[in-house]
Amino acid sequence: MAGPASRRSPRTGPVASRRPGEPEVRLSSYTLVVWCADWPVVAASAQAALPPHVPAAVVRGGEVVACSATARAQGVRRGQRKRAAQGRCPELVLFDHDDARDARAFEPVAQAVEELAPGIEVVRPGLIALDARGPVGYHGSPERAAELLVDHVAARVGVEAQVGFADGLFAATLAAHRGVVVPPGGAAEFLAPLGVHELDQPAEHRADRAELVDLLRRLGLRTLGAFAAVPERDVASRFGRQAVLAHRMARGLEERPRARRTPSVELAVTGSFDPPVDRVDAAAFAARGLAEELHARLVDRGLACTRLGILATTEAGEELRRVWRCAHPLTPQGIADRVRWQLDGWLTGAAPTTGPTASPTASPTASPTAGVHLLRLDPEEVVDATALQPGLWPGAGQEGGESAERAARAAVHVQGLLGAQAVLTPVPRGGRGPVERMRLVPWGDEPTPTDDPDLPWPGRLPAPSPATVFAEPEPVALLDGSGGDVGVTGYAELTVPPSRIVHAGRTRRVLAWAGPWPVDERWWDGHTAVRAARLQVLGATSNGEELAFLLIRTGGRWAVEGVYD
Amino acid sequence: MSRSATATLSALGVGAAGELTADPAGVLPVRGELADPLPRGGLRRGSTVSVRGSTSLLLALLAEATAAGCWAAIAGLPRCGALAAAELGVAVHRLALVPRPGRDQSQVGRTVAALLDGFDLVAVGSPVSPSAARKLSARARHRRSVLLPLTDWPGADLALHAESGSWTGLGRGHGLLRERELVVRATGRGTAARPRRTTLLLPARDGGVAAHVAEPGHVAEPGHVAEPGHGLTRRPPTRGPARSSAPSRAPAPKPLRRNARLAVHRA
Repeated sequence: MAGPASRRSPRTGPVASRRPGEPEVRLSSYTLVVWCADWPVVAASAQAALPPHVPAAVVRGGEVVACSATARAQGVRRGQRKRAAQGRCPELVLFDHDDARDARAFEPVAQAVEELAPGIEVVRPGLIALDARGPVGYHGSPERAAELLVDHVAARVGVEAQVGFADGLFAATLAAHRGVVVPPGGAAEFLAPLGVHELDQPAEHRADRAELVDLLRRLGLRTLGAFAAVPERDVASRFGRQAVLAHRMARGLEERPRARRTPSVELAVTGSFDPPVDRVDAAAFAARGLAEELHARLVDRGLACTRLGILATTEAGEELRRVWRCAHPLTPQGIADRVRWQLDGWLTGAAPTTGPTASPTASPTASPTAGVHLLRLDPEEVVDATALQPGLWPGAGQEGGESAERAARAAVHVQGLLGAQAVLTPVPRGGRGPVERMRLVPWGDEPTPTDDPDLPWPGRLPAPSPATVFAEPEPVALLDGSGGDVGVTGYAELTVPPSRIVHAGRTRRVLAWAGPWPVDERWWDGHTAVRAARLQVLGATSNGEELAFLLIRTGGRWAVEGVYD
Repeated sequence: MSRSATATLSALGVGAAGELTADPAGVLPVRGELADPLPRGGLRRGSTVSVRGSTSLLLALLAEATAAGCWAAIAGLPRCGALAAAELGVAVHRLALVPRPGRDQSQVGRTVAALLDGFDLVAVGSPVSPSAARKLSARARHRRSVLLPLTDWPGADLALHAESGSWTGLGRGHGLLRERELVVRATGRGTAARPRRTTLLLPARDGGVAAHVAEPGHVAEPGHVAEPGHGLTRRPPTRGPARSSAPSRAPAPKPLRRNARLAVHRA
């Protein structure tokens, strides 16, 4: 499913007016960074529901990797041994380091940022980078954009964030640490007075970078500006490839371009009921609200739903699931109806949850033993609303009008009671037998013709067709005068004239017959090939009641394909 | 048609396509010759008409109404021949089949009730309990749909019994089934109290329904008025007005091709 943001053309940012003499900067490198300080501690504290004033730290391998502001105030530092930190601050709460927890907790923050500015890149949990042009252009100024982002993140997730602007990710990250806006082209100037230790961001856990910083210090290069002043060629020859990257960062250049993230669109809506719903009218009421919410979400994104998944979880833990297909986009009323009917079917214990109900062998699951307490509507297939014009599919079954709408609603209601396969509508197709010339498609499916019925189908019987047909032909005995089987020769002739027909335990005298008409279909395909002969037989009981049969002989056996009743 | 447009038309007293064309007098049309056994020349909305003895007769009853824009559903008739329905003139894209309407009688009742809410004609092949049958008949009356049970039905307004007569067209080893005489007896209540008996050709030579041309040896039942020149069939008086709305009819669905002449068989 493609999110709408991926289709939306990127906002055109403002072309920053450049004064003469200002160095030219590639605008695309102007970066906005949203940074959450001490994210590992924030995530761990949030999960443990720890109040913010309690000093906390995250340790890995016996060493503190992050600590909260209160812990820091009491002398806990990054890189301390666990014992030393506990010695400084006895009430320190320690958490083990867990990357997955950090990432999981950060996802809501990323989504909150994404709501204001699409195209973000989560650099690592706690740090988001995005192209600054969009937000700056849209909100007028970097300060205004930063203010909105910080407010929005705080309001949505309750997390304190800081925002910085600069050219390149490295400079923007440092700007975010300080909460400053570095104008485009000012990165080198901004970085120059900062210490070389900034090259080693502890959250990145890069041992080689720490060694480099140590080496630079010992060489007397104590600021980024001093390091940047060393020619790149000398850096490359002395310190190797990793140092060149660090050197580029110190000069305010991009280490690498950003990778934009496409927002995942969460469309499903979930409702929980307390107390659980076990009555149909209460379910109907619940369904209406959810349906309207789902529809509003779809409309917001310009989407329309053509496949709706309904998932209910009962108090006893049973999960019921059914997918509805509909050729027309669902209206709020349509969604509500389907949910209501589905709940109706489940709660009255009538509907099997899976499998075609058209087959008698489908075993219906038992009705739920408890009320529904969780309901989830999941649009499984959405289309662009503008692409779905009912006029695209004119013709059979798609007509408008009040009576068509009423019939469609009733049919969908029955589908809710019995399953989507329970209501069928015939679509003419090509073929020779009376069964294969009508394809039965589930109501609501697209009635696509498979074989053109208007093509010549030699061997097809003319009208009238039998009014009762047997999808699985029933065995029948066609006997000659002496009680022997009537056969068909390779020249499609009967071996002997039939005299009696025995069907469903009743023997009839054969008054007349015609045929046999051979059928030799799909001889090129071993699996679906049909070699058969059809025969019309008119039988009469002893009291003179006439009944006409359409027989088919395959594999040396006669069977009834239809009865003209 | 958009919903708002429909609403406006309703305000003007114009119904949706189906209602406009099909039943100015609350009677759904049937093909000409079938009107004879029916007391008002058609299927009165809200009534229950049981049809016994012939699936073709049921399908023929649906033909004219569906072609005029009504919607029909057939429940509990898994062996219904949709092709025969198309040949008899049923607009199959307005036909819904519910081959298995439920596991037990109560579920069948629920399904049929749901169908009656939306479909103009609902045929029921599965048996239901007598009390459920009365409820469904009442529901049909309330919803102004026509209920067509294929089983014994207490409280049916009209009961049609078909007795299959002789076939023509088939010889001993040659020919094709072509047409059949069908004797339809109608008994009912109220205006339909007087039993009627009609002989039709169903299916007729063209695949549809035709009047049966009197042959020597056929005797009309006592009380049956045979009009001169019309054999055993009569024209019901209500048929005229029911047809008079034809000019305002919605675009008729494309008739399904009959392929009577396509098959070339061995002699």
